[in-house]
Amino acid sequence: MGDLYDSQRAMRQMRKAAMQRGVVAILDIGTSKIACLVLRFDGPEQFRTDGVGSLAGQSQFRVIGAATTRSRGVRFGEVDAMQETERAIRTAVQAAQKMANVRVDHVIACLSGARPRSYGLDGTLNVSGGTVTEQDISQVMASCDVPDYGADRDVLHAQPVNFALDHRSGLADPRGQIGNELKTDMHMLTVDATAIHNIFYCIKRCDLELAGIASSAYVSGMSSLVEDEQELGAACIDLGGGTTGLSVFMKKHMIYADSVRMGGEHVTSDISMGLQIPMPVAERIKTFYGGVMATGMDDREMIEIGGDTGDWEHDRRTVSRAELIGIMRPRVEEILEEVRERLDAAGFEHLPGQQIVLTGGGSQIPGLDGLASKILGQQVRLGRPLRVQGLPQAAIGPAFSSAVGLTLFAANPQDEWWDFEIPADNYPARSLKRAVKWFKDNW
Amino acid sequence: MRSLIRRPVAEDAPRDPAPSKLGYRYQRLMLTPGFRATVRIGVPIILIATIAGSWYSQPENRANLTASIAQSKQSFQQRPQFMVQTMNVTGGDLAAMTEVSALLPTEFPFSSFDLDLEKIRADIEALDPIKSASVRVGQAGALEVRLNPRVPVALWRDGATLRLIDADGVQSGQILARADRLDLPLIAGDGAEENIAEALALFDAAGPLIKRVRGLVRMGERRWDMVLDRDQRILLPGDQPVSALDRVIALNQAQDMLNRDVAVVDMRNTDRPTLRMNEEAADALRRVNTTIDENGAGN
Repeated sequence: MGDLYDSQRAMRQMRKAAMQRGVVAILDIGTSKIACLVLRFDGPEQFRTDGVGSLAGQSQFRVIGAATTRSRGVRFGEVDAMQETERAIRTAVQAAQKMANVRVDHVIACLSGARPRSYGLDGTLNVSGGTVTEQDISQVMASCDVPDYGADRDVLHAQPVNFALDHRSGLADPRGQIGNELKTDMHMLTVDATAIHNIFYCIKRCDLELAGIASSAYVSGMSSLVEDEQELGAACIDLGGGTTGLSVFMKKHMIYADSVRMGGEHVTSDISMGLQIPMPVAERIKTFYGGVMATGMDDREMIEIGGDTGDWEHDRRTVSRAELIGIMRPRVEEILEEVRERLDAAGFEHLPGQQIVLTGGGSQIPGLDGLASKILGQQVRLGRPLRVQGLPQAAIGPAFSSAVGLTLFAANPQDEWWDFEIPADNYPARSLKRAVKWFKDNW
Repeated sequence: MRSLIRRPVAEDAPRDPAPSKLGYRYQRLMLTPGFRATVRIGVPIILIATIAGSWYSQPENRANLTASIAQSKQSFQQRPQFMVQTMNVTGGDLAAMTEVSALLPTEFPFSSFDLDLEKIRADIEALDPIKSASVRVGQAGALEVRLNPRVPVALWRDGATLRLIDADGVQSGQILARADRLDLPLIAGDGAEENIAEALALFDAAGPLIKRVRGLVRMGERRWDMVLDRDQRILLPGDQPVSALDRVIALNQAQDMLNRDVAVVDMRNTDRPTLRMNEEAADALRRVNTTIDENGAGN
């Protein structure tokens, strides 16, 4: 795990360097589109007299460039054809750079697929009546029992979710407090190592440096859940192109994340297969006429599906909107059922808040909230990402919730395992200090 | 049946919007601030400097450049607005004006840029009879010279020459004969011109004697002798010569002293005025005294 620590620490250093330069790019590598935002950091924000920052503390940066391009070579949120992905990244980065009129060298990326798996870890440390120091926190995190998650997987996030000191639980920061036994709960998210390596390689091929990587489910939850939802417990479901990410938040920490390998492109391919039309036409029909709740009116609304064969009968086909809904609805239901299963497996019903927020490009299907409330429970709403400064009008929709969440992740990331001090016993150079500590503790 | 109208062929592969790797790198390079500044400012400057330098290194180009500069300069200076047409000298007597005209340019018209007014003024002021002058190019291209001539107040005899001296003691001309300027008093001697004010005060104080005064002689650059006709001299002291002269005049009025056979009235020692008589007068006086002694002084 030391290797991963080093690479994550190196990324944090890179992020700091980018902040120093003031310009960093955000890259959301999705299955259907690649979005690139260029952020300019203006240093610490100006607080008003009442000590509350404007825009919930998000005004320290500004989006100065934004570009979207059709994603190529990405399947299920993973890099499938590396050359194609690299070209698509280049397109997005170049357009965003052109709009920002500034050169970016550092990129913070997110990935939606790569089979994320959540682990809850806990660790215990005996502090024997002393005050809890930063070293103790590092030690208690190091003492967590790490499961065997497989050699081909990498840790993407490892965040301390909760600290407990003796009988008091729910501590956010136990430093300086006195107790006997310090316990911590951690949430660890692992993904396929190859997916991370591929993204790393693609970004390197574009002459850019990776300054951070995050799970798309996590960052879209950060941007589209409001504060009390994050506090009380809520699930964010990001209906993307190739995957559907879900993340569960509690006490402003992500406690579970997963992804369903189905998304909007599967709906499109269903339409394409069901109506015998090419994929671009199916995508167009889906976005213009799509829906999941059929009404009597929909039987009469006929959609020209067209064709280019030269056969009159074939090129003048029409389909009613009810038929289209009949194709789309089972697939959307399947996706939501799968999400329901994952949430049940994670024990979502035990959370105090049962709010479910649908976001991502797929959440724009008309009538989805009605369908989702039948499958996922009554408290369902459609979420849009937070407004950040300078974001163009074209990029404020739910399809950009993970890109916007990534800007928040870039501006103020939550503490991860590797942000804390390295435990002293990992340092051979500090053996003398340890000897002194042993003497101090024993005499 | 297929339509006979030609339809736009559906593209097999959608157009690839991706930039080439080279184009991408070029754009990033052009967005680098230092490189951008070099390209936008440095390269044009170098280009212009190279072109100008290579053109200027040819001798004929240099000659052309200097010739065209001189030509345009001259055509500007020869505009009618800048031409001097006439000359106008005022404020001097005829002799001075003749002298001044000799110093001024003679061929009209000429450009006022060719005129060195400062030099002309200095030349004019270097002339003896001119105290100061103002030279300017005035209305309608006229060169206006206004002279302020020196006013002579005395004649200074220096050997055989007679110089005109103004109140500052500066020579303003020469004359050939004393008779030319009988209105001016005559002074002589080394350092006479430096104490012209004192000399004038003495002449003013001479009063009734003025008809008999021939001039003042500076003696030893220290004091004045007043020379009267019949070779009479009044030796005046170095300080307060005017009051000494006043005493002499008072004596003269009381005793008619200067009409007698007195050669020198010595007032150098103010406590003890001394007279020196002519030789015959002295002999006569001595003879009278002897006769008185022989005949007995008792009567």
